[in-house]
Amino acid sequence: MDGSKGFNDAQTGEQKIRNFNINFGPQHPAAHGVLRLVLELDGEIVERCDPHIGLLHRGTEKLMESRTYLQNLPYFDRLDYVAPMNQEHAWCLAIEKLTGVEVPRRASLIRVLYSEIGRVLNHLLNVTTQAMDVGALTPPLWGFEEREKLMIFYERACGARLHAAYFRPGGVHQDLPDDLLEDIDTWAVEFPKVLADIDGLLTENRIFKQRNCDIGVVTEEDIQTYGFSGVMVRGSGLAWDLRRAQPYECYDEFEFQIPVGKNGDCYDRYLVRMEEMRQSVSIIRQAIAKLRVEKGDVMARGKITPPKRGDMKTSMEALIHHFKLYTEGFHVPAGEVYACVEAPKGEFGVYLVADGTNRPYRAKLRAPGFLHLQAMDYVAKGHQLADVAAIIGTMDVVFGEIDR
Amino acid sequence: MSDALNELGQHIAAKRPQCVLSWDVSHGELNVDVAPSNIEDFVEFLKADRNCRFSSLVDITAVDYPGREKRFDVVYHFLSMYRNQRIRLRVAVRADEMVHSITNVHPSANWFEREVFDMFGILFTGHPDLRRILTDYGFRGHPLRKDFPTTGYTEVRYDEAQKRVVYEPVKLVQEYRQFDFMSPWEGAQYILPGDEKKEGAK
Repeated sequence: MDGSKGFNDAQTGEQKIRNFNINFGPQHPAAHGVLRLVLELDGEIVERCDPHIGLLHRGTEKLMESRTYLQNLPYFDRLDYVAPMNQEHAWCLAIEKLTGVEVPRRASLIRVLYSEIGRVLNHLLNVTTQAMDVGALTPPLWGFEEREKLMIFYERACGARLHAAYFRPGGVHQDLPDDLLEDIDTWAVEFPKVLADIDGLLTENRIFKQRNCDIGVVTEEDIQTYGFSGVMVRGSGLAWDLRRAQPYECYDEFEFQIPVGKNGDCYDRYLVRMEEMRQSVSIIRQAIAKLRVEKGDVMARGKITPPKRGDMKTSMEALIHHFKLYTEGFHVPAGEVYACVEAPKGEFGVYLVADGTNRPYRAKLRAPGFLHLQAMDYVAKGHQLADVAAIIGTMDVVFGEIDR
Repeated sequence: MSDALNELGQHIAAKRPQCVLSWDVSHGELNVDVAPSNIEDFVEFLKADRNCRFSSLVDITAVDYPGREKRFDVVYHFLSMYRNQRIRLRVAVRADEMVHSITNVHPSANWFEREVFDMFGILFTGHPDLRRILTDYGFRGHPLRKDFPTTGYTEVRYDEAQKRVVYEPVKLVQEYRQFDFMSPWEGAQYILPGDEKKEGAK
């Protein structure tokens, strides 16, 4: 090594720097599911980010074409399995729009109640696991305890903790017992304290702020360019919420504020989610107050809903109707509609093409996470590798709905 | 609501008569049928025009009608957050026809167009990276076409001997169950067994 063997330049082969490609996932805990990212790194800086999705593709849209409208409903629980009922809601709205069915008042209130429970479920999971992605361990433990309580409310309403199939075209499956309403109300009174605890852990936490402030900044122009919705929009200061902008169900009679962020970074999105939970709790309490006084049926009785149990014992017609409904299903008049809801993750929509038979001719599920993840390349570019986890977390992606 | 949509429909049809084939408002939604040749221009117009401002793309999808001469409908949904309105564009294309990509106007169309290509096999010209997106690496066929069987053609399993995942043609232990529950007295198109004579007697 005396240098006589042709050491021609200062630059050796070792010193030549090339970009490094790594695979992030599909089995990475911070990927929130089966996401495979192909990252091109320059040192620790992300140069290019190519998400490979579809690892959880189940062909839901194809399957839906060969099943009746009612049989398709449970597929919606399996899209965004973090807040199942919000997805069902979109499907019911689409069918109700085509058939022109009017949902009874009480069912409408119950839907609002459970949609907001779903929102709390989702934000609790998202906020706390995103905190875990950036290094905090306690928040998920505290948050999941509350999620557990909420899932018990799901169970008491419909018998299932996750895959509810509770919202039905024309209303909701069954009425809520009074003691369940009281228990939800008690929970809603106690929950803000737990939320304040989580808030105390995270909001002014130095590490949490260092990992989230000024990371993944989204501007108003980016929102339009990449088609963002939900918290991704509100975190950047645009007060866009479908519950307000294009009210569905009976959201127009509830009082709630739409929190918006200022900087559009991960930290603001976290703050927006925290505030949305507080607003949801307020909506839950308002809905319960209304439900206490407004009794009545929870299904628009007619062709698309089953007859009452009591009628089936006495009326032959009702029995035939029940049998036909659960075998053949109901027919939806031909036409096409797009129905959307403000799901916790953003705008979840269903484009339904009906041909007049008992099965949808085509149903397209529009998942908010699909567009958010698409912008990953743009948002993550120039960030450190460690920030990728923070950005994925704050985009709130769930692969059930992205891969369908 | 629908008055505003009617007005908007008239406005669009008057401004771009060569693009708009027809338009209507149904179920409180504005539908516009667009000629495939100048979809990109038209989308750009919708984005820029002050009365439209359809600046965010909601969805692109397609519908397969095997019986039609123009087999596919490519369907675009747009939303204007500023004017709080939605629009749906339908472009009818033949199976061998290509559609112009709108990724230059709306970068968010990228994955949607890849998905439509993946699921229906419709090609988009000018798309930067038209790969499959949802199906498996090396998948063949376009699953959402009506002539593609729900069960697919291949199945995978882990082979203990070869120590890897192997692909095999689908073997169904029983016929794929496709029950026909349509009421004979409500909408069924076929003649019931035993009723052939009655039909002939007419």
